[in-house]
Amino acid sequence: MVMAAPRALTASLVTAALDGVADPEIPTVSIVELGMIGAIDVRPDAIEVELLPTFVGCPALEVIRDAATAGLAGLGREFGRAVRVEVSFATPWSSDRITPAGREKLRGSGFAPPPPSRPGRGLPMLDAAAAPVACPWCGSLRTTLENVFGPTQCRSIRHCPDCLQAFEAFKPV
Amino acid sequence: MSVAAAIAPGTRAALAELLLTTADDEFVSGFTDSEWTGIAPLLEEDVAISSISQDELGHARALYQLLAGVLADGRDEDALAYDREPHEYRHARLLDHARGDWADTIARRFVYELADEARLASIGTGYRPLADLVEKLRREERYHRMHLVAWIDRLARGGPVPRRRLEAALAALGPDASSVFTPLAGERALIEAGILTRTLAEADAAWRADMTTVLVPLGLALPPHAPPPADGREGHSESFRWLWGEFTAVRRSEDGATW
Repeated sequence: MVMAAPRALTASLVTAALDGVADPEIPTVSIVELGMIGAIDVRPDAIEVELLPTFVGCPALEVIRDAATAGLAGLGREFGRAVRVEVSFATPWSSDRITPAGREKLRGSGFAPPPPSRPGRGLPMLDAAAAPVACPWCGSLRTTLENVFGPTQCRSIRHCPDCLQAFEAFKPV
Repeated sequence: MSVAAAIAPGTRAALAELLLTTADDEFVSGFTDSEWTGIAPLLEEDVAISSISQDELGHARALYQLLAGVLADGRDEDALAYDREPHEYRHARLLDHARGDWADTIARRFVYELADEARLASIGTGYRPLADLVEKLRREERYHRMHLVAWIDRLARGGPVPRRRLEAALAALGPDASSVFTPLAGERALIEAGILTRTLAEADAAWRADMTTVLVPLGLALPPHAPPPADGREGHSESFRWLWGEFTAVRRSEDGATW
């Protein structure tokens, strides 16, 4: 009988486990795809992970932290390590951190992914010519901003004049 | 040793005061304007003001968490937010004004958002956890600024009645406008530690210059130019005591209850 070589605990193994943890509001996209995972530190006694809040006051943060901790419990048991997921602002989350796969999954769930963010006072979402937002349903580029603010802190509300759908778009931050 | 434990004792008290005053400003302003949820003048505005209020309460929570680490006296962010008597809150007198009508709210929020922006721009890298948080806060606050500047413009150019009410609201806030920049006892220590990069008096001047760029083109008067009162964060109003009763009601109803 051939035994499989014991696998090593690496940061990519941790990332793969976290990629199985979904956003509680958009279950098709993972917290890794949303760019919410900062530094991963695999220590002799523990797995330490930085969780980057999308918005400072995100009310889902504790739920996500608990889910991430639970998502790493298997690795913790397998390798005999404690699991610590800590909320951190050391790296500020930006909507630019959402991965290409994450952006596609957002679109597939009816959310427009954010245009690139930029520093300073100017808000790229108000500049339709520089950053047109495609309708996630029909692809029209003629969509209009209805409300900068939306049902959650990270989203705004837009309307598509071609398929007549209202939809939510991620704010660039 | 934690980051907070490494701060010199003199600086620690000053940092705690900076965190407490900033957190209380965000908490009280967020709670005041959350009173609009469900009754704002437009449906879209109901969404917007509720979202802004939620941001501010979240900012307060993050600042109270940092404060809890600095004080290390066993109180967590909820205890700091809810378990104090009204006179122990250190928010600026500007935020003691009642919610009022829509013009009052827009005027107060506008004056506060620009003051908060000038304050956040004064925070240096001397205390890393605060510097990291501030960088994140500023990314969110720019949405608030844009929204309030748009409303000031809309009311100022929206005909005689909205303009008159906006002017009256700005005039009523005038004497308390600069209270956000009430000097802190430990300001010198904060500057020496690099936690502040300038005095609050200098931030006040930057705020006035910023207000000028919005108000003057609309023909609106700036608040009277007066140094911040030394007691600008003491002795709160009747309307704040009412608000305190509201936001502590659940917490006081069952000692030690958790969600």
